[in-house]
Amino acid sequence: MSMLDNMRETMRRDQVWNFLQPPSVAVNVDKQILLYIENLSVSFDGFKAISDLNLYINDGELRCLIGANGAGKTTLMDIVTGKTTPDTGSVFFGQNINLLGKTEAEIANLGIGRKFQKPTVFEAQTVYANLELALAYNKSILPTLIASLNGEQRDRIDEVLNIIGLREQRAMIAGALSHGQKQWLEIGMLLIADPRLLLVDEPVAGMTAQETERTAELLTSLAGDHTVVVVEHDMEFVRSIARTVTVLHQGSVLAEGSMQDVQNNPDVIEVYLGESH
Amino acid sequence: MTGNSSLATKQHTLAQHTLTQQLSPLHQLREKAPMFIAVLFGVTIYASICNQFVPQDSIFYVSTYSITLLGKYLCFALLALAVDIVWGYCGILSLGHGAFFALGGYAMGMYLMRQIGDRGVYGHPELPDFMVFLNWQELPWYWQGFDQFWFAMLMVALIPGLLAFVFGFLAFRSRVAGVYLSIMTQALTYALMLAFFRNEMGFGGNNGLTDFKDILGFDLQQDQTRIALFITTAIILAIAYCASVMIMGSKLGRVIIAIRDAEDRSRFLGYKTEIYKVWLFVFSAVIAAIAGALYVPQVGIINPGEFSPLNSIEIVVWVAVGGRGTLYGAVIGALLVNYAKTRFTAIMPEAWLFALGALFVSVTVFLPQGIAGVLKENNWLRRLTQRTAQPAGGQA
Repeated sequence: MSMLDNMRETMRRDQVWNFLQPPSVAVNVDKQILLYIENLSVSFDGFKAISDLNLYINDGELRCLIGANGAGKTTLMDIVTGKTTPDTGSVFFGQNINLLGKTEAEIANLGIGRKFQKPTVFEAQTVYANLELALAYNKSILPTLIASLNGEQRDRIDEVLNIIGLREQRAMIAGALSHGQKQWLEIGMLLIADPRLLLVDEPVAGMTAQETERTAELLTSLAGDHTVVVVEHDMEFVRSIARTVTVLHQGSVLAEGSMQDVQNNPDVIEVYLGESH
Repeated sequence: MTGNSSLATKQHTLAQHTLTQQLSPLHQLREKAPMFIAVLFGVTIYASICNQFVPQDSIFYVSTYSITLLGKYLCFALLALAVDIVWGYCGILSLGHGAFFALGGYAMGMYLMRQIGDRGVYGHPELPDFMVFLNWQELPWYWQGFDQFWFAMLMVALIPGLLAFVFGFLAFRSRVAGVYLSIMTQALTYALMLAFFRNEMGFGGNNGLTDFKDILGFDLQQDQTRIALFITTAIILAIAYCASVMIMGSKLGRVIIAIRDAEDRSRFLGYKTEIYKVWLFVFSAVIAAIAGALYVPQVGIINPGEFSPLNSIEIVVWVAVGGRGTLYGAVIGALLVNYAKTRFTAIMPEAWLFALGALFVSVTVFLPQGIAGVLKENNWLRRLTQRTAQPAGGQA
């Protein structure tokens, strides 16, 4: 049976064999969909973290993923960014780029940026150097050895420093920033490479109300040029930014739609919103 | 108001300038190397002159024994530099760098062995003494070519470099890190030690290689040869130091520090961290091997004891004492600890290991940044050089 499946997979008529594909192809979004996740399943030691999940992210949209702890949100991000290999299913970036089997670095260089749940920046280096490291360029070893900043790149760093509001702090060591500032710096590090898809895991955790508001503004302004997927627990925040919300429950999609629809969905009320109200 | 803002812009461009300047490797070199090189060559040249031109009964006379000792210390400094590169900058705690050091030493030892020619105890024109003793009839294939200096030097870098590449590739690709990697490096050096102890390996068994006569035609017992070796070691240490400062000051160095602090983040930014780690490990191994190759002609022997896991741990102690991640700290640490070792083992040899242990514990507890950390905190030199270096910046 599995041989038959393999055969079918190999002979798929909608795909070109990997080795026939040109080495780097532009992502194809003719159907206005940037990320295709189909029939995805993964289990760890018998625990099904993701089970038969289907999710499509439109090009240029701002999507919020919500769900209780253990609903599979972070695992989903791990799979899309290449950290975890799923048991079954497929993940395509655009119509033509298969993300499964690619390493984290390859996926990042395709234009998929990821912000971690816990703000992760290079604490021993200055804010400026952090952004410099995140610039998009040939990231193999020899080009890195001889790399120096050109005017265009300097302007880009300045531009991002302004967007994330850390212009005054650019000479500071990143480890000395406040929690919220680190969150922004990490978002800035993703932005600077101008990614096609941004995966943002709990961006406002530990932020003050004012900081949260600014983050909401920032993320909404990004949508359109970039596709943004936000995982968040803070319902207030989700309400303020979301146009489309996907609710995950026990590793699969429970509901999808506008915040209004989702809130009135009886299943959702029962398993998720019901708990907090 | 307009005056204020134009001043602000001016300050901004000035700060911008220093910020980008800090990111340039040449700037780093100008900042960090001159002092180091001045002290290194100052001492080297002073010691050499005092050995050659000062009469023996003068208090300024430096004995040839001291010259050889200093040369040995500089080899250890080079070795410590190699460990600091991987441990201090990339967080790879290698407890097996002694292996690369010893392999480099063996390659040099093989060349020196071949130079003995028919002057050995058994007077065989081609075979080293230990092979004649073991009734070997001909030179094993892996000894071929070592009568050529260039070939031996190539092997000094190539063999340890290759070993580091294979080991690093397998370990880093499988994402082995932290204490597991340290244990594997210990196992590596221990396995090599056991292998080199065997007579059948063809490297002289537990006696190793010794009884060297000359290098490139110069008698190893002569004062001038010893001084030349000492100065060569100093020059190579200076080159390795400058190369390391430039690499660590380049964007490559910043990526390496980034990998140390947040490997996942670097990966998700698109850096293939395992490739970076492998090549850094190879670079470090080659420096350690060169240190070994310089060490052997100066001490006159290489044996499997150099592979002993304890030696590799000692190197880590030198770096910890001197201060990690500063390069010059590793050099200072190696020099100080080895000087202490020489003095201590002369006065009370049994106590040395206890003293070393106490040193390591007290440094970890009281000086987590090592000696370099103390120097950084109250550095009158730095303040002095900063004042002279940027007179304009001081006013803003």
